[in-house]
Amino acid sequence: MVTIDKYVRAKSLEEAYELNVAKGSQIIGGMLWIKMGNNKIKTAIDLCDLGLDKIEEDDEQFSIGAMVSLRDIELNESLNRYTNNAIRNSVKDIVGVQFRNLATVGGSIWGRFGFSDVLTVFLALDSYVELYKGGIIPLSEFANMKRDKDILVRIIVKKTPVKITYSSMRNQRTDFPVITCATSVIDDTYRTVIGARPNKAILITDENRLLADVNESSVKAFSEYVAASSPTGSNLRGSSEYRTHLIKVLTERNIKEMEGIS
Amino acid sequence: MEHKNYNSINKSVRKKDSMQLLLGKPVYVEDVVPNDALVVKLLRSPHANAIVSEIDTKIAKLVPGVVDVYTWEDVPNNRFTNAGQTYPEASPYDRLIIDRHVRFVGDVVAIVAAENEKAAEKALKLIKVKYEILDAILDFHTAKDNELLVHPEDNWVAPCEVGGNNRRNLVASERTSEGDVDAIMNDCDIVLDRTYHTKAYNQAMMETFRTYTSMDRYGRLHVISSTQIVFHVRRILSHALGIPKTMIRVEKPRIGGGFGAKQTAVSEVYPAFVTYKTGRPAMIIFSREESQIAGSPRHEMEVRVRLGASREGKIRVLDIYTLSNTGAYGEHGPTTVGLSGHKSIPMYTGSLEAFRFDYDVVYTNTMAAGAYRGYGATQGIFALETTVNELAEMIGMDPTEIRYKNMLKEGMIMPAYYNELASACALDRCLDHCKEMFKWDEKYPVRDMGNGKVRAAGMGMAMQGSCISNLDVGSATVKLTEDGSFMLLIGAADMGTGCDTILAQMVAEFMDCSVDDVSVFGADTDASPYDSGSYASSTTYITGKAVEKACMELKQKMCTIAAGLLNCTEEEMYFEDGKIKRINTDESVSLSEIGVKAQLNNPHIAEASASHSSPVSPPPFMVGMVEIELDKLTGEVKIIDFMSVVDCGIPINPALARIQAEGGIVQGIGHTLMENVTYNADGKLIESSLMQYRLPTRLDMGNLKVEFEHSFEPTGPFGAKSIGEIVINTPAPAITHAIYRATGVWHREIPITPEKIAMTKPEGK
Amino acid sequence: MIEISLTLNGKKITDTVSDDSLLIDFLRDHRCYSVKRGCETSNCGLCTVLMDDMPVLSCSLLTARANGHTIYTLEGLTEEASEFVGFIADQGADQCGFCNPGFVMNTIALLRTNPDPTDDEIKSFLAGNLCRCSGYEGQLRGIRNFLNSREKNKEA
Repeated sequence: MVTIDKYVRAKSLEEAYELNVAKGSQIIGGMLWIKMGNNKIKTAIDLCDLGLDKIEEDDEQFSIGAMVSLRDIELNESLNRYTNNAIRNSVKDIVGVQFRNLATVGGSIWGRFGFSDVLTVFLALDSYVELYKGGIIPLSEFANMKRDKDILVRIIVKKTPVKITYSSMRNQRTDFPVITCATSVIDDTYRTVIGARPNKAILITDENRLLADVNESSVKAFSEYVAASSPTGSNLRGSSEYRTHLIKVLTERNIKEMEGIS
Repeated sequence: MEHKNYNSINKSVRKKDSMQLLLGKPVYVEDVVPNDALVVKLLRSPHANAIVSEIDTKIAKLVPGVVDVYTWEDVPNNRFTNAGQTYPEASPYDRLIIDRHVRFVGDVVAIVAAENEKAAEKALKLIKVKYEILDAILDFHTAKDNELLVHPEDNWVAPCEVGGNNRRNLVASERTSEGDVDAIMNDCDIVLDRTYHTKAYNQAMMETFRTYTSMDRYGRLHVISSTQIVFHVRRILSHALGIPKTMIRVEKPRIGGGFGAKQTAVSEVYPAFVTYKTGRPAMIIFSREESQIAGSPRHEMEVRVRLGASREGKIRVLDIYTLSNTGAYGEHGPTTVGLSGHKSIPMYTGSLEAFRFDYDVVYTNTMAAGAYRGYGATQGIFALETTVNELAEMIGMDPTEIRYKNMLKEGMIMPAYYNELASACALDRCLDHCKEMFKWDEKYPVRDMGNGKVRAAGMGMAMQGSCISNLDVGSATVKLTEDGSFMLLIGAADMGTGCDTILAQMVAEFMDCSVDDVSVFGADTDASPYDSGSYASSTTYITGKAVEKACMELKQKMCTIAAGLLNCTEEEMYFEDGKIKRINTDESVSLSEIGVKAQLNNPHIAEASASHSSPVSPPPFMVGMVEIELDKLTGEVKIIDFMSVVDCGIPINPALARIQAEGGIVQGIGHTLMENVTYNADGKLIESSLMQYRLPTRLDMGNLKVEFEHSFEPTGPFGAKSIGEIVINTPAPAITHAIYRATGVWHREIPITPEKIAMTKPEGK
Repeated sequence: MIEISLTLNGKKITDTVSDDSLLIDFLRDHRCYSVKRGCETSNCGLCTVLMDDMPVLSCSLLTARANGHTIYTLEGLTEEASEFVGFIADQGADQCGFCNPGFVMNTIALLRTNPDPTDDEIKSFLAGNLCRCSGYEGQLRGIRNFLNSREKNKEA
């Protein structure tokens, strides 16, 4: 059971940052993963009063506050119209509505969890994170950074024209995924993000233009390439071999669905 | 015999506690007890097999709020069993409240009693233990006659001769057969020799194990526990603590599910010991993790089936050997295993010329197993039904045809079932009915749905018992109150199944009153008549019959009292239309008049108690059929429809019987496709939470449809048999069959995960 | 310790709680015994309550975060629940009852936002509510019968 000595609702990001740099401090998101830990938190910092629970949209981008819940992005029509429901599909099987009402986008992205559907889908979009100190950096860069004491403020998704499809394999409908797979086309370049390998999601772009011409055999070749480029491991939910097999299957199906090849 | 038209029987009345439960009223252990109980927590062993060489509790005891910490040095040295079973106790006396020798990861090392949870948690961390770590037996194949002994102690006792020997890691062992098995097997055109493996599934009832204890106003130990077996808990605590049974009272409030888990006294001894030592109220609430790693799950079994048949599909001989893993302690070990043969083989009585059934039950250093709905029958039926399906596929015969050809029919004697007569058996009608409802002929052929997906169907049959014959005792007390309504006292435990209501329906039927006019109380060892408890599917069949007897007797007594009112002899009185009438007159006495008279200058008590036992355990029967959509590339299985038809004699309450079936089917789906129990190399159970042990959600079970075929069991109340357990038995063989149809692969170990499906290629391909 | 003030079942209450108090424990301490704990891993849905009309897991929410918010447990929504729980009882799907409060609370949340859900919408909205007894089908039949009866009443 996690224990918390002091709970503070930060009144500003600066206050949150200052509290957070102290040893034993932790920013709490939805509290779902933190609660299951067995650690001792000296100061738990809650960002819930900072207005970060909104999804804002303009002509250029979506700006998703760190405290926006997974349920919010599941239901946000504009975001789902833009992503052809990929966002909804990525979160709809995460435990249950009550869980998704608590779990935050910020917590999911910040955690950079291996099993994260959320990280997988955002990596397939033209996404950035806004850090309080670190400024705005590409999500792909953030995903590979070590956890530090900075604060994730927002996720930004540029409205770059995109085609995207999301799928995952689960042994049971609301379980952690065995593999997650988001495939997209941005600026004419195909990219596939593979998560739950079981390690953190990895972004593979079609650098070799295997999909210059999209057809049955090129899709197969690209799927093989994605699988070969995605290291996999074994855990309770699946072996490395099975995951590699799934990567091929889901990547191929995603592209075919996206491109309307049956 | 025909079923009559009843007023209250075969009616879907609401459960008596429905509104309390649905509106969240405080009715469970944690809700009904005072807040001042000591919090009891257990320190559990991190090792699978070890001796506690040193244990230091000094610092832990200094934590503010900690009342005491107990270790092996503090507890009595009487071995006992936690199994809730009738005399003669079949399970070995192999436990102490705390044993110096810890035998699985999760075994109890110390008991902490504290004023609050935080103090208790802190104390747990401050107990210093040195372990002498021993090698552990984790693979149950290696247990028998291993030089390493799980129970080397000298005071290990088997109260019952069941072939057990702790020096061989054997809890029980038996060989039975009839006919010349080997000769007939040699004479068969086809012999299938197949081995199956099933896991130690957790019941995962939503309310974990929990018990509250206090000293009552007479200085007796008062136990309020979430249990199916109040009387057995009284006996177990008496053995464990070494105090007389009259000094213990055990009651249960509403129970948040049991499925057999609470047929073992998993949590009771710990707070009872604390209260016994301190005199203070104490409560233990198992965490979900404790329930998962130190509960009382299904016995892991390996079942080898040798089936001999003719080319035409006549099943001539069956030879079954079951190896059962009882884990670190022997609760229900000697008894569960028997059902793997006794409740599978008899289904093929129609054609069988000979059978053999042998078993061994072994100790290992894993979580102790116990009772779980199905109780061994589930494992045996999975194995046998899958083998029969394989035979059908092999000879190109429709699996329903092969059943018709070989199945048990009403009126047959079942040699593999203690030579009992199948006096009520609608198995053939269940198959007809299910086949038609499911549209078997349309769905059996495999259909390609495109994009790697195929639809396929599979089936399985099942039986169970309706009690433990010659052992179980059910009792009921029926009392008349002065307003003419009735009170029913039982010792059986309604764990959500609705037995309180079902038994009240029986009283209402006998007494010609409405079910609302019958109140039910149970279960409390001080107030209820003795009952073995709610298990072995026996409540409707055994306690129901006790209700019948008690009602008959009470009618007699009412006649006596009524005769006094009319100044005539009781022989002139008879019960009809909810009144006591006098023959050849139009005189009658109402029940409330009798009830009032019973309280006014009256020597005759207006209540009756009766017990019942049965020399037979009539099997209910069931057919289940499943249609799945299987993704050949990912291995994902979607249940489309699971349809089944059950012969439980007559359902006393069809709505409740249907829910039993649906609930059992979904548990079976879970075991077949997603629930798993595995251990790491150190003997630590991996699926220790509901995050890792995946129960089916409502998105995982497809559409369920359950219907009934009636039969009339002459020894059961209103012709009824049982329903509670059989319902879990058909999903594993049916789904395994459908997966074979879709993929060409027979999986002989469950769960069959998507990975196994996607990554296993058919033999020779 | 931290001072909090929230509206519980329509009543404003103020209390002092430890900084790591979880809402489920706070609610049970305030006699909302309908709120149940079935796991430690946010998987079972038994502890579901409404915070500002939204179903949440009270086992995973700090009481401190609920400060200033409106919480409803089944104790405060008996009337709304009574509209449909009888239909569950008619199916016998209440069974052991331990999951019922969480299930009823989430069903209330569903019906408030989607008064006429399809079977698939019901199943997916309630997927986070585990039940080990009923096999779920009876719960679905109960909700469906309730919706149908409402339709009929409307027509009449």
